[in-house]
Amino acid sequence: MAEFSFTEEQQALRAAVRKFCSENFDEATVRRLMESAPAYDPAVWRRLGSELGVLGMAVPEADGGVGGSLVDQAVAVEEFGATLACGPLFGTVYLAIPALVACPASTERDELLGALVEGERTAAFEPQPVDVSGGKLTGTAPRVVDASAADVLLIAARGSDGPGLYAVDLAGPGVRREPLVTMDLTRPQARITLDSAPGALLAGPDEAERVITHAVQIGSALLAVEQVGAAQHLLDVSVEYAKSRLQFGRQIGSFQAIKHKLADMLVDLEHARSAAYHAVWALSDASDDPALATSIAQAISSPALSRIAADAIQVHGGIGFTWEHQAHLYFKRAATDAALLGSAEQHRGVVADLVLDTAIAHSGAVKVAAG
Amino acid sequence: MSTDTDAARVADLAHTVVAEHDPKQVPLTEFLGACYDAGLSWVNFPEGLGGLGVSRGLQAVADKILQGAGGPVPLGLNPMGYGMAAPTLREHAQTEELKKFFLRPLATTDDIWCQLFSEPGAGSDVAGLATSAVRDGDEWVINGQKVWTSLAHRARWGLLLARTDPDAPKHKGLSYFVLDMHDPGVECRPLRQMTGQAEFNEVYITDARVPDEHRLGAVGNGWAVAMTTLMNERSALGASGSRRGAGTIEEAVQLWASRPDLHTPVLRDRLAQLWLRAEAQRLTSERSRVSAGAGGPGPEGSIGKMVGAELNQKIYEFCMDLLGPEGILYHSYALHGANEDGDWRGPIQQRYLRSRANTIEGGTSEVMRNILGERVLGLPGDLRADSGPWKDVPRG
Repeated sequence: MAEFSFTEEQQALRAAVRKFCSENFDEATVRRLMESAPAYDPAVWRRLGSELGVLGMAVPEADGGVGGSLVDQAVAVEEFGATLACGPLFGTVYLAIPALVACPASTERDELLGALVEGERTAAFEPQPVDVSGGKLTGTAPRVVDASAADVLLIAARGSDGPGLYAVDLAGPGVRREPLVTMDLTRPQARITLDSAPGALLAGPDEAERVITHAVQIGSALLAVEQVGAAQHLLDVSVEYAKSRLQFGRQIGSFQAIKHKLADMLVDLEHARSAAYHAVWALSDASDDPALATSIAQAISSPALSRIAADAIQVHGGIGFTWEHQAHLYFKRAATDAALLGSAEQHRGVVADLVLDTAIAHSGAVKVAAG
Repeated sequence: MSTDTDAARVADLAHTVVAEHDPKQVPLTEFLGACYDAGLSWVNFPEGLGGLGVSRGLQAVADKILQGAGGPVPLGLNPMGYGMAAPTLREHAQTEELKKFFLRPLATTDDIWCQLFSEPGAGSDVAGLATSAVRDGDEWVINGQKVWTSLAHRARWGLLLARTDPDAPKHKGLSYFVLDMHDPGVECRPLRQMTGQAEFNEVYITDARVPDEHRLGAVGNGWAVAMTTLMNERSALGASGSRRGAGTIEEAVQLWASRPDLHTPVLRDRLAQLWLRAEAQRLTSERSRVSAGAGGPGPEGSIGKMVGAELNQKIYEFCMDLLGPEGILYHSYALHGANEDGDWRGPIQQRYLRSRANTIEGGTSEVMRNILGERVLGLPGDLRADSGPWKDVPRG
């Protein structure tokens, strides 16, 4: 499983997911779903789980998954990103499923994991802890992605015996759920207020931190891959427009001002793709420090998609600013993804901690002329 | 044959060369000659021409063993030879005998090579060049001026692009030759640059003669042949070290680590951004190596060349800003070549000045962006004012 080398099966998977997305997440459908409640089609979601099997590709067979790799999952996620596929991908696929895989086996965990992988149920994930006492959770999670329609919330909680990860039934007692209006309508959020809501313990004090860190790292890598998918789509759309749009009697793509902008978008896209898939491979085969690899991916992919989304609007000119054009959907996704799971600046700070603050000067390595 | 089998064969041959011609004991040319004879100079070349006919990616297997045993980096010793002349000769020299005649002394570095493309009137628009080649029986007579020729004064052979048909459109009237740099009609003069050094030469060519058998590719097809050379140049310029943190960024991180007294949060974040850009490009080079597989250099090399050049500048700008008033001193403007330790690159201030050329040499960043836009993204070309016969195109 050499890094950056995709198997024939992975290429076939990519083609299958792309086809499914083109049939089920075309622009008109995405626009209809994003203004519906829930903002996705539960029947299509179930097909993603049971028919395509792409919601938990890295889940071991013993846990009800297909026993694939995180690379497989990433290939599917890239295609979801390209079409802004509607559904609780962030909460369920990027975070909750990886968290559950890392949790010790239990009836609660096994049943929930199986149901999430099959698309029968959905979950949201919140790593900021609330309070827990006697198995009852209390506190507020002000902005939880995908919680507006999810069945279950996996949430960190801190009690007298330390941190834990709990599953809370969002339709159960002691839960207040307030859907929020999000800038990116395809990625809904809700405010969750817990008042002695019963929670099932998934990971106790000895494991919670490891489980949450693992989930956030997997989530960061998959989010970066989603950003790559969206960025590739925007570049494709922008290049097509630059070839077909005529001004001053010429294709606008023949002007270097436009051509060079698109070339820079290409470079940023390719850099993001390299960094995102490097993180995916690093998490798959432990070939790199997962904290560094995922922070590199997020520090590169977030600004890449943000810049590409902004430049896509610019290349399109006036039409790119309209509601009817798809550019704004991706621009809003870019802004959203850049803020989720840590900003580029926060990840850059992690990278600086890991590679700059630890650097040791070798005497004579750099000569400075002294006049 | 599977890649694993090929890799084992390459490794075996490299170990044998090292055992029989210890690079720490034998003369350089003997060691490099043994590498050539074993097919390890360019493993993707055919057998008998310094190669084994295996995947280009396996060169790394050979280089690791050969250089690990103390062998040189041949690209550094004969850069135009290894980086440009070898692939061009392999593809376009007229006979197998000529390929062998040129390639082995190139590989041993007995023959240093240089490239004669750019002219004072033909920089980015190198296809507009004016140096003429006029047929005289079995020979060609060459007249013109070339510039930015590194190693011209040491070179035995030059890769020459010259105009054979001024009546044809500019790209169609060019032919490609191997010029004997010892011809009495060839004169080299050092060209001083802003660092104070003379790394390059101007080459004046007056009635120099080239036998027709030293023509590479068909008459009038020189531009296509030159593309072989240029794509290899760009991929060589863009190739960065595959170790994380290696290359120019390492200099900046080392400087940073050696001067904690100069640290500020703003500079730290700036260095982190540069480090990330370097890492993103390193990973992209790794990825394009994997996807290119056995194929030659593609347009991805243009990404590497462009990013590497701009990053070099930004990294040295960072170093200067870190050093502040200490950075604005210089070691010497006495005209000199390599510094006393054989290093052309000198102290950080010289590297800072030298980096201005990075976005010009081997294709300006503007040309690179055109290449990415037109060849990779398929965007339309610019409107042209040079489509007629070359002799009618305005120049100046």
